[in-house]
Amino acid sequence: MFIANTEQQRDQMLEAIGLRSVEDLFAGIPREQRARSFDLPPGRSEFEVRDHLRRLAEKNAVNLVSFLGAGFYDHFIPAAVDALVGRSEFYTAYTPYQPEISQGVLQALYEYQSCICRLTDMEVSNASLYDGGTALYEAAMMALRVTGREKIVLAGGVSPIYRNMIECYTANLAIDFEEVQREGRAIDHERLGDHVDGRTAAVIFQNPSFFGVVQDLTEAIKRVHQAGALSIVSFYPVAAGLIRSPGSMGADIVTGEGQSLGIPLSFGGPYLGFMAARKKLVRKMPGRICGRTIDGDGRQGFVLTLQAREQHIRREKATSNICTNQTLCALRSLVYMTLLGRQGLGELAGLCAAKATYAKQRLAGIPSVRIDMTLPTFNEFVVRLPRDAAAVVGDLVDKGFAAGFPLGRYYPSMQNDLLVAVTEKRTKEQIGALAEALEGVL
Amino acid sequence: MKLIFEESQPGRRGVRLPAVDVPTEPDLPASLRRESSPSLPEVSELDAVRHFTELSTRNVGVDSIFYPLGSCTMKYNPKLCERVANYEGFSALHPLLPQLRLGGMLTQGALAVLYEAERLLAEIVGMPAVTMQPLAGAHGELTGIMLIAAYHRARKNKKRKIIVPDSAHGTNPSSAAIGGFEVVTVGTNRQGNMDLEALADAIDETVAGAMLTVPSTLGLYDAGIVKVAEMIHDVDGLMYCDGANLNAILGKVRPGDIGFDVVHINLHKTFGSPHGGGGPGAGPVGVSKKLLPYLPTSVVIRRDDGTYALKYDLRDSIGYIAPFYGSFGVILRAYAYILLQGREGLIRVAENAVLNANYVMHRLKDHYDLPHDRVCMHECVFSASRQNKHGVHAIDVAKALPDRGFHPPTVYFPLIVPEALMVEPTETESKETLDAFCDAMIEIAKQAESQPDVLKGAPTTTPVGRLDEVAAARNMDLST
Repeated sequence: MFIANTEQQRDQMLEAIGLRSVEDLFAGIPREQRARSFDLPPGRSEFEVRDHLRRLAEKNAVNLVSFLGAGFYDHFIPAAVDALVGRSEFYTAYTPYQPEISQGVLQALYEYQSCICRLTDMEVSNASLYDGGTALYEAAMMALRVTGREKIVLAGGVSPIYRNMIECYTANLAIDFEEVQREGRAIDHERLGDHVDGRTAAVIFQNPSFFGVVQDLTEAIKRVHQAGALSIVSFYPVAAGLIRSPGSMGADIVTGEGQSLGIPLSFGGPYLGFMAARKKLVRKMPGRICGRTIDGDGRQGFVLTLQAREQHIRREKATSNICTNQTLCALRSLVYMTLLGRQGLGELAGLCAAKATYAKQRLAGIPSVRIDMTLPTFNEFVVRLPRDAAAVVGDLVDKGFAAGFPLGRYYPSMQNDLLVAVTEKRTKEQIGALAEALEGVL
Repeated sequence: MKLIFEESQPGRRGVRLPAVDVPTEPDLPASLRRESSPSLPEVSELDAVRHFTELSTRNVGVDSIFYPLGSCTMKYNPKLCERVANYEGFSALHPLLPQLRLGGMLTQGALAVLYEAERLLAEIVGMPAVTMQPLAGAHGELTGIMLIAAYHRARKNKKRKIIVPDSAHGTNPSSAAIGGFEVVTVGTNRQGNMDLEALADAIDETVAGAMLTVPSTLGLYDAGIVKVAEMIHDVDGLMYCDGANLNAILGKVRPGDIGFDVVHINLHKTFGSPHGGGGPGAGPVGVSKKLLPYLPTSVVIRRDDGTYALKYDLRDSIGYIAPFYGSFGVILRAYAYILLQGREGLIRVAENAVLNANYVMHRLKDHYDLPHDRVCMHECVFSASRQNKHGVHAIDVAKALPDRGFHPPTVYFPLIVPEALMVEPTETESKETLDAFCDAMIEIAKQAESQPDVLKGAPTTTPVGRLDEVAAARNMDLST
């Protein structure tokens, strides 16, 4: 099936090698080191395995009308994305160490890096990291290296999923990790100032915040810079079609989850971590970076560059241990960004935001529901319910909705708060139906 | 070929979005709005299709040609694995769904995949449990290092060092250092095994553990490994197995049986997921009993009634290494692959991978220097030192292969073999393909003697010739 050699060929090969049996190939492994067990089921036909997986797929509730986001969004993916990324010349290749026969992937990475720079208004981008959370952790490590300082400050409104990850990664390191007003929906400059000092390597912001609030970080970033620290902004790339970029606000490093750019939700991965930075920081960046150059005849070509930062060259002194990254996901996002284009991204962001405004108004119309209408939001917002949000969401599942993410899971004081996300896929009717269903269960 | 930005026409577009069906506007003041949308390409769907199709023709994968890249296990992966990962029941599933109240019941199919794949991998590596969360091999290494650190913290051990052989993948010392440890490098003896005397000198009470690759990066099985494990365990250190080469030992050796406490598994090498031009991968990590309490949050359990659930209440867990449950789409492919292969199929994978590598080694050893002339495992490492005498280097041999229809082997790794050429044929290649490759390698060896300058000019049939990497690093043209 997946092994081509016939028994006759196997015998010919063994004979050529000068061995009698396949077992002789493993003679160097002492008996007592052999596998004590290998209790696996017998192989099955393609038809049977497909059938089994199809039945498992059907046991997942993907037909709920979803308002679930919290950093991971249900955007539409055009068919051309799958068709192009599904070309095996891309997906069955390895990391492009041999550039002459990898120009397809390399040029795509250069174009991807260019698109990320254009979205964020930054000067350099790497070729991808695993996900938005590991990208944020890598950015923090990068800031520690650049500044030689030892403290990372997390401003309010950073995803608790990422907060947990950074805490986990730094547990064994001599790094101070401080968090400002964990539940704050907008930045409190005064309290932030109390945490930023001469030991601070970086302050991490998120825009829009985990609670969906769009912020102007310009002043906050200025203060961070006055303390000699770097600013890191975790950014929702689809919002770039509408809101001001982190680069225009003075960010030094921008990271984010690229899932919203044409990558399926797929139960948590594979996703795409992107990272962009100021050019002067490029030699401290983690991950692959693709650069444009020429061959001996002056033809334009692309290579992995600045490899002296990387583990395969620098080993224990590398800027990161990353090797395999998310190239195919980066390619997906590039094809997606190409198809959407300049106009399409603007329209998409506008559409999400307009629908979210509508949802806000509809839900705020329910008498027992509170929404802070003074906070500017992009496509996600917090709804305060009169009772436990997790229970309400449970009731709404029965009515066919994934109504949002109950914030009590991460914030004990927010038991009644629900985070509602709206993408371009939700219709006016569905939003209205959610409002009616919600009112019905309160 | 043009960049996509050079193919743009202002006003052109590739996607039509749904019409605005709400009477509302975005709720944002002008001060927060971007003045104009980012300057992404402006092309039609056909423009995009032509552009990326042309790019694909300037790239090769395993589906195109023989790709014997050592240490990377570039095998053919069944198309079914791709198909099942695209089932909407999986691809459209939001990862936060099971975190809703009773939400586990909305995702029973996906949780079953995670649970069952974990059980299968645990049996394959001989460990009681596997965390499916690490997102790639190196991410698995870092997870393993964090688990080792948590173990020593809990026991109040004062540990600082991780031992790594000089033949290790670069990720090993890098992961150990990033995890907060000092790296101590131990040499390799003439047979290609770890130098046990040097190891004895390096070991003291501050050693937290050792990271070894099985089979080693020289493609050899080091039977001294049980002795290494004994020495490391004597100082309460832990043994880490880099599972990048697991393909060679499926059903033959299990890391858990020979003294390892941690092992990462590159699903994108051994188990049915293609490399994607450099990812995504997945690097699940198996652990011994000692490390069970520290596994990352969450774990999937099966209840008595046969339903699956996520468990978050893990007191001593190292915490959250990934946003969710791992690289699910890759895990799904691996699950399908293991079910297709079954027990006998996986054993045949190892046997044929090793047979193919030994066959290539046998056919080429009269033409290239072979530093370790003994039965190899899934890959063989030659040196181009003989060709050096004619001014031809490993890189020249590599660059001559695309002109002959083959992807080059890995070059200059492992670092301890000068002018290394590391060939990993994998089990899915036929004798005919191996013979054709060996014929080409022999012809190149002859050309190295007769016409070394011609090799220096290779490749000539590829979209570009050898690229100026020094200029690339100096000019830093990284985006447009």
